[in-house]
Amino acid sequence: MMKTTSIMIVGVGGQGTLLASKLLGKLLLGEGYDVKVSEVHGMSQRGGSVVTYVRYGDKVYSPVITEGEADFIVSFEKLEAARYVSCLKKDGKIIANNQEIDPMPVIVGNAEYPSGVLEEMRSLGIHVDELDALSLAEKAGSAKAVNIVLMGRLAKYLNIEKEKWHKAIENTVPEKFKELNLKAFDLGYNY
Amino acid sequence: MKKLLIGNEAVARGLYEGGINVVSSYPGTPSTEITEFLSKYDDIHSEWAPNEKVAMEVAFGASLAGARSACAMKHVGLNVAADPLFTLSYTGVTGGIVICVADDPAMHSSQNEQDSRHYAIASKIPMVEPSDSQESYSFSKAAFELSERFDTPVILRMCTRVAHSQSIVDIGERADIPIKEYVKNGAKYIMMPGNAKLRHPVVEKRTEELAKYAENCPFNKIEMGGTDIGIITSGTCYQYVKEVFGDTVSVLKLGMINPLPEKLIKEFASKVTRLIVIEELDSIIETHCRSLGIEAEGKSLFSPIGEYSQETVADVILGKKNETVNINTKIPGRPPMMCAGCPHRGIYYSLAKNKITVLGDIGCYTLGAVPPLSAIDSTLCMGASVSGLHGFNIADGGKHKTACVIGDSTFIHSGVTGLINIAYNATNSTVVILDNSITGMTGHQQNPTTGYNIKGEPASKVSLEDLCHSVGIKRVRVVDPYNIAECDTAIKEETAIDEPSVIISRRPCILLKNVKTHSPVTVDPDKCRGCRKCMSLGCPAISFKNKKAVIDHVLCVGCDVCKQLCSFGAIESEERK
Repeated sequence: MMKTTSIMIVGVGGQGTLLASKLLGKLLLGEGYDVKVSEVHGMSQRGGSVVTYVRYGDKVYSPVITEGEADFIVSFEKLEAARYVSCLKKDGKIIANNQEIDPMPVIVGNAEYPSGVLEEMRSLGIHVDELDALSLAEKAGSAKAVNIVLMGRLAKYLNIEKEKWHKAIENTVPEKFKELNLKAFDLGYNY
Repeated sequence: MKKLLIGNEAVARGLYEGGINVVSSYPGTPSTEITEFLSKYDDIHSEWAPNEKVAMEVAFGASLAGARSACAMKHVGLNVAADPLFTLSYTGVTGGIVICVADDPAMHSSQNEQDSRHYAIASKIPMVEPSDSQESYSFSKAAFELSERFDTPVILRMCTRVAHSQSIVDIGERADIPIKEYVKNGAKYIMMPGNAKLRHPVVEKRTEELAKYAENCPFNKIEMGGTDIGIITSGTCYQYVKEVFGDTVSVLKLGMINPLPEKLIKEFASKVTRLIVIEELDSIIETHCRSLGIEAEGKSLFSPIGEYSQETVADVILGKKNETVNINTKIPGRPPMMCAGCPHRGIYYSLAKNKITVLGDIGCYTLGAVPPLSAIDSTLCMGASVSGLHGFNIADGGKHKTACVIGDSTFIHSGVTGLINIAYNATNSTVVILDNSITGMTGHQQNPTTGYNIKGEPASKVSLEDLCHSVGIKRVRVVDPYNIAECDTAIKEETAIDEPSVIISRRPCILLKNVKTHSPVTVDPDKCRGCRKCMSLGCPAISFKNKKAVIDHVLCVGCDVCKQLCSFGAIESEERK
């Protein structure tokens, strides 16, 4: 029996984490896995910290991922990678967009945006795959494609052929954004 | 056909296949998508009602006329609909009624974490609770038959984790259920004392029959495994139990949680050494076990507060925790906040600047409470800002300058009754209606003030001005919240005047697709003196770097509110047509 794989997608409300999880869910369903995708709607979407759980395997029970369970954390923003690091498994991997978005305590001057969080995680032996997904997305044609760039990067680690990802993207995004998103995916994949 | 669906979409599909004809709801996280997905089916009637009480009464009327109907709401919405609920238990149904209620343990987007199961017990209405999307689908579909078989509405209880988690559902076809012929039946449907006295015994008898049904119904199941530990559970907790224990313990999974079975629980208890009840929030199942004389552990181990997870279950029962990696750097919190260009920001700035005591309400605009605006003094429930303000002003006797803020949808939901009270019982109160032309927090639903119905078709539109005038408010003025000077003047004048008044702060939500945004504003670093005045708006697009304000060109929508605040003309916008 195949063990359940747990992927956390974390970021800031409005960054497109929901579409990323939708894409991933569709792809995994097509691969014949049992899949659960869990997210919280409502207030947290208003610029707050958001987290989506994706779990797949032969049989998945819980829809959520708790401390020390995530095989992967795909982080859309630098601080958010650090916020959820305790959810990572001992040999888990972090895919981190190095984009910085100031949270309210930093904006109002009650806190500093911490520096060196990715370095600190590396110093603890965590595999951190860092990329500038925003620049890559802009290169693909839109800053909004950060989510697909990061899915491209995640695809490097999962055992699913690139062509199937491409097909899932084609089935998820609107026709006119297809090409842009395929390009964004490849830029993340080949980074 | 297999599909990956969130629990709420699965409920919609189940109700649809179960032969629903009418759904009426008021949006509320985490229940909203049930009705949104139902609105995609053109062969049934769907609508957003002004509030949950109206929604449930619409479902009642449709049932009376012979159709299968439903309403959906969040847990606190059931408080609003509690009045029809209790007597609907007495009348029973003609067409089946399913009442969907979604609890929010951990309060992801709610003001309390009340446990809706109490309502099922108190109103003597059967309640079913799914644990994933497949069950959300099949329980919803079966609920109509249960409703008609036992002549009772059925409550379907969801929780955030089931409502908003996607899992695989094997969907089917819609049943062809004809609408029943209407037959006048006063003894069943006219609940005046003489008739109601005869209906109450019917309800008690029905509860007995439902309790018998619960012993063998398809909603409840025993999964025998190891017998050292036996766990009774329901809903999402079932998944956590299976995740931790697999088949190493025995599980009694209850899908029907009111009324609860007796024999089934006794039988299960007799087969296991240690009996544990795992249920989020209150101790409903545990208390039932005790009433049967069965010793079960429950809240002595688990908290009545918040959500559980596999981590909670493993920790509490096995004392087992996963190894984790932690970092030393302190990570600043990232609470939700009002969007860049949010029309609520300008009016809040003005209220805060004028040191107004503000009674708040439920919606995106509750975020005006957080720093740096900190513009709200209270939030209780839908509509309470208006009625609360009246009470505050009576007791305060004018010592404070006061106002209340309430959104357009919330005002229609239950704010207008408070305003009628202000006019009727005459307090010098200032009500600010934040009219952003949409129900915002729950994800953009139409409401009676927007001019569109649930399907986006043009509909009758409530004029807030006319409505306020007609209840007896003479002073009603409209301001643009992007114009700080205009807001300031209105707030100063209306809070000073010796009569009730309404300020309508009108501008559509910036996230609406048809709202035009402008090119971002920029800061001239040579002119910026670093006074931080623009930072007092709490706009996510403005940050402070190297002692100067910086504006994020991706987030900024050019609302120009910050520009109006700058005393040094450092914020510039492009020439606009």
